[in-house]
Amino acid sequence: MNFTMKVSKEELLHIANLADLNLKEDEIDNYLSNLQDILNFAEVVNKVPTEGLGETIGTNPNYNVFRKDEVIPFDDNEALLKNAPEKERGMFKIPKVIQ
Amino acid sequence: MEDITRLTVHELKEKLDKKEITSEDIVKAYKNRIEDKEKDVKAFITLTLEEALEKAKKIDSSNQNNCTTNENELKKSFAGIPIGIKDNLCTKGVKTTCASKMLENFIAPYDATVVEKLNKEQIINLGKLNMDEFAMGSSTENSAMNVTCNPWNLNKVPGGSSGGSAAAVAADLVPWALGSDTGGSIREPASFCGIVGLKPTYGLVSRYGLVAFASSLDQVGPITKDVTDCATLLNIIAGHDEKDSTSYNREKVDYTLALKKDIKGLKIGVPKEFFGEGINTDVKAKLEDAIEKYKEMGAIVETCSLDIAEYALAAYYIIACAEASSNLGRFDGIRYGYRTKNYTNLRELFKNSRSEGFGPEVKRRIILGTYVLSSGYYDAYYKKAQQVRTLVKQEFEKQFEKYDVLLTPVAPTTAFNIGSKSKNPLEMYLADICTVSINIAGVPAISIPCGVDREGMPVGMQLIGNRFSEEKILNAAYAFEQEIKFREKYKPEFKK
Repeated sequence: MNFTMKVSKEELLHIANLADLNLKEDEIDNYLSNLQDILNFAEVVNKVPTEGLGETIGTNPNYNVFRKDEVIPFDDNEALLKNAPEKERGMFKIPKVIQ
Repeated sequence: MEDITRLTVHELKEKLDKKEITSEDIVKAYKNRIEDKEKDVKAFITLTLEEALEKAKKIDSSNQNNCTTNENELKKSFAGIPIGIKDNLCTKGVKTTCASKMLENFIAPYDATVVEKLNKEQIINLGKLNMDEFAMGSSTENSAMNVTCNPWNLNKVPGGSSGGSAAAVAADLVPWALGSDTGGSIREPASFCGIVGLKPTYGLVSRYGLVAFASSLDQVGPITKDVTDCATLLNIIAGHDEKDSTSYNREKVDYTLALKKDIKGLKIGVPKEFFGEGINTDVKAKLEDAIEKYKEMGAIVETCSLDIAEYALAAYYIIACAEASSNLGRFDGIRYGYRTKNYTNLRELFKNSRSEGFGPEVKRRIILGTYVLSSGYYDAYYKKAQQVRTLVKQEFEKQFEKYDVLLTPVAPTTAFNIGSKSKNPLEMYLADICTVSINIAGVPAISIPCGVDREGMPVGMQLIGNRFSEEKILNAAYAFEQEIKFREKYKPEFKK
């Protein structure tokens, strides 16, 4: 089976939108050809015999690591808010979300 | 006296213990060296030299006042030794930029666990080191801050993504450094800069406070001048951490005790596929010399077959980009990081902040990652890559039933010219062909220099071990290092 996917401009823009990225007109061709090159190369995974193989999401044999659900207060609000691009009265400021 | 900055950490420590030098002497020597060479190498993003000097003075005076120092404690302590830290490890109160415009002004409110461990030892931070933006790259050219140069030849890349760390250690701007390795980001720059770099077993070192790129592949590790320092720094940073549920709870090992010269009977497998087409002839020749050396030293060396490199690389770029696209979703311009000036609503704020804050390679990987996770392609790429991952893991397991260590090149070439691959992302990705399968399988590997090519650029050798067999690869590397004495024969010339 051949999976080679031809990526269209519309598809690239759809993916970029899902990822919350804008692409400028002059970036589109470049990203399109890069993405196509990389996907063509990545095709090789479809030539590997993987029938019956499980999926590995991590290499650590640990399974379900639990810890106590304890509240540990973090008091250094100042250090946190120092990184906020905009703030007001000790809170992060964002544009209005309810019309 | 021999130049302080040329010494390894274990040599520095010996002089500190004998009271021949003070911590202040060491930090001052590095300050001078940085003032002299940093303009050529450009390894740092942030320097913390004044704070470092203050700390050194404090440590020196407390050492003087402390008459009851227990000798055993003294032997173990690395108080007053400086270090450099890759700029994707959080340092409380000091900028952590990930070499990205997105985090240009980010000051972490906490320390990464590995940084906390350094602080506990009273190891002194000299500064934060350059890297490819968010650790995505193999040359450090993707940094939004500056391009680091290879100290052996300033027209060449130092490798990446921990290029600043490797260049700084090679150029004697820091005695050792921390890096991170997702697909070769410690080993490849260590190889290009003629020094030692170790990617530990996944789970040996805490990732807490390491800005995540691909969480199932990322590991923090040492970049050092020799194998003894590598084992020492691993001693300091390894260990279970409640804050990283993937860190492994196992008994503490003193890795320096594993360093014996004797490797008689050690079984070394040499996977022939790693020496095929595309591997530079000088690299191949130096590796073959190394194999002969191992035989002379009494190791049992056999050619074996591990035909996974190409599809492991494809699986790597699918998995790493998928995880990255998810991990980097957090950069939205709200709580920290870059915020655009150009927005009228929340969605525009997200989109414009991300589009203006991320560099081209980061966007490329987010797009690729989003693509392989998107509906319709998930099974063809992502699921398939996860199955390939199982296969790669199994293939490694099979090899380690027969061999203690696998020996391969670190990269197909030595350091390449700045600008020569940056226009072609796929070509840059192929530079990782020898290293990524190790992260896919979660096993440890060390990179050590084994000679220089015809241009005088260092060639690296990779020794791969089974999960948690760091002691074996460290000892194999140490025995080789003691034989060939690379550091005594070669050093960076800062060629222009």
